[in-house]
Amino acid sequence: MQMGQVILECITAYGADNFMNAIYILWLRQLKRYFRSKSRMVGSLGQPILFLVALGFGFGPIFEKAGAGNYLQFITPGIIAMGILFTAVFTGIEIIWDRQFGFLKETMVAPVSRLQIMIGRTLGGATVATIQGVIVFCLTLFVGFRPVSIAMIPVAIFFMFLIALAFTALGTAIASVLDDMQGFQLIMNFVVMPTFFLSGALFPLQGLPGPIELIANLDPLTYGIDGLRGALSNASHLGLHTDLLVLLSMVTALVIAGSYLFSKMEI
Amino acid sequence: MERPIIEVKNLVRKFDELIAVNDVSFDVKKGEIFAFLGPNGAGKSTTIKILTTLLNPTYGSVRVNGFDVVNNEDDVRHSFGIVFQDPSLDDELTAWENMEFHGVLYGVPKAIRNSKIEELMKFVELWDRKDEIVKNFSGGMKRRLEIARGLLHHPKILFLDEPTLGLDPQTRNHIWSYVENLNKTEGLTIFFSTHYIEEAERIAHRVAVIDHGVIVASGTPEELKARSGVDSLEDAFLKLTGKDIRDENADGSGNFRMHNRVWRR
Ligand SMILES: Nc1ncnc2c1ncn2[C@@H]1O[C@H](COP(=O)(O)OP(=O)(O)O)[C@@H](O)[C@H]1O
Ligand SMILES: [Mg+2]
Repeated sequence: MQMGQVILECITAYGADNFMNAIYILWLRQLKRYFRSKSRMVGSLGQPILFLVALGFGFGPIFEKAGAGNYLQFITPGIIAMGILFTAVFTGIEIIWDRQFGFLKETMVAPVSRLQIMIGRTLGGATVATIQGVIVFCLTLFVGFRPVSIAMIPVAIFFMFLIALAFTALGTAIASVLDDMQGFQLIMNFVVMPTFFLSGALFPLQGLPGPIELIANLDPLTYGIDGLRGALSNASHLGLHTDLLVLLSMVTALVIAGSYLFSKMEI
Repeated sequence: MERPIIEVKNLVRKFDELIAVNDVSFDVKKGEIFAFLGPNGAGKSTTIKILTTLLNPTYGSVRVNGFDVVNNEDDVRHSFGIVFQDPSLDDELTAWENMEFHGVLYGVPKAIRNSKIEELMKFVELWDRKDEIVKNFSGGMKRRLEIARGLLHHPKILFLDEPTLGLDPQTRNHIWSYVENLNKTEGLTIFFSTHYIEEAERIAHRVAVIDHGVIVASGTPEELKARSGVDSLEDAFLKLTGKDIRDENADGSGNFRMHNRVWRR
């Protein structure tokens, strides 16, 4: 009886250990790939910085004349989110590459569940995208951005991670139903760009026409950016609690959808 | 009698209009070395992908180690190891990292893992290049690494899809003797596909000849020779599959059907 219990405990401990190990090695792989492709890292930093400098200095004076405050303070959270969004969607969609180059088969036949694969990959992609967000954040300090409180920076990083999770999962979901890379451009134009532009990253969402406002309300990035704004510039519209709650529910939904579609994928 | 470790009944797989596997049935016994012999496009890889849960069958029932490949995918995946025909390495990891990734994913305990990785990488003569990114490897080196990786854990069944394609004869021999030894000492069931007749004849206990998605004959190499009344398996193979040259989309079905009828009598 006691012996049986001990054995059972050993098995579950061993099982749990294996469960975590598999997730860990999948996570680690994403990080290694990210740190090894310097060109990708630098490339995906270029775009947010370009936006920040061009828009920040270009639109700044108009924004301020309209009495809307400091534009740099306003768009920096949006620019950080942009860096995260692109990296996250890209690491999610990378599954298509893995399928094309054959590596996906290796993971798909291993004695680990599709859920573990999905969790490991998504956490890895989200970590990478969060790092990207933190780098963008550091760069904005050089351009002149000033966070209102040092103590809130961990909260900001947490929001970055949630944004990263949401869009890595979305990327995975899309990659699971896409057959090849042909659709990639389509996704960029019809999913990623609208997600970015309708999230309040570049302009305040108040007073928009009804349908556009509706889309903005369904956009996870809206809440991510509002949360970031709350944490970094103390300028949240919806309140940090609402942002957190809505974003968490959306992340959960996207991870579940991504896992489901991924589990149905054929090689 | 013990239950076969692989049981395939009336397996069909279609890709849109194309019937890649057409009503295939066969069994593989525990501890057996079983070969799928057939020309390009015969449906070997498709069958192996179904057996290893990568593709779903369009029709038919497939059991591996007693588990249904559609309903008990996870149990099936705990039962086998595989070396794929197509590339399956992560090009951006080093050779050693590819091995480690596999070892962790398959739950090989760390103490055994590192020594086993070293042993196998020495066996395929890649140990001195273990820290190189796989992208820089030649085709043959990648192939050897994939085989070493496939041997890292010892499952009940080992699938090898044209494992020696593109390797020189020495390496081929080397690898086959390792695999035969695994079969003898650990009782591993081996399922491999090939279009090298001599490989099937020399290694396999039993051979199924597949062409255009249909098994046209099966049995021990001796039985196949005896039945077709020729004295080499090569002649038997040519008699069975016709002499027309195949590329993936060639349609030699007329020719093939005639032979098929002869065989089914
Ligand atoms: N994913 C796929 N989509 C469409 N056709 C496929 C696919 N995979 C294989 N086929 C076709 O199925 C047939 C059998 O292929 P395959 O199983 O790879 O043959 P083998 O491994 O014996 O050379 C071929 O005609 C091939 O073109
Ligand atoms: Mg093949």
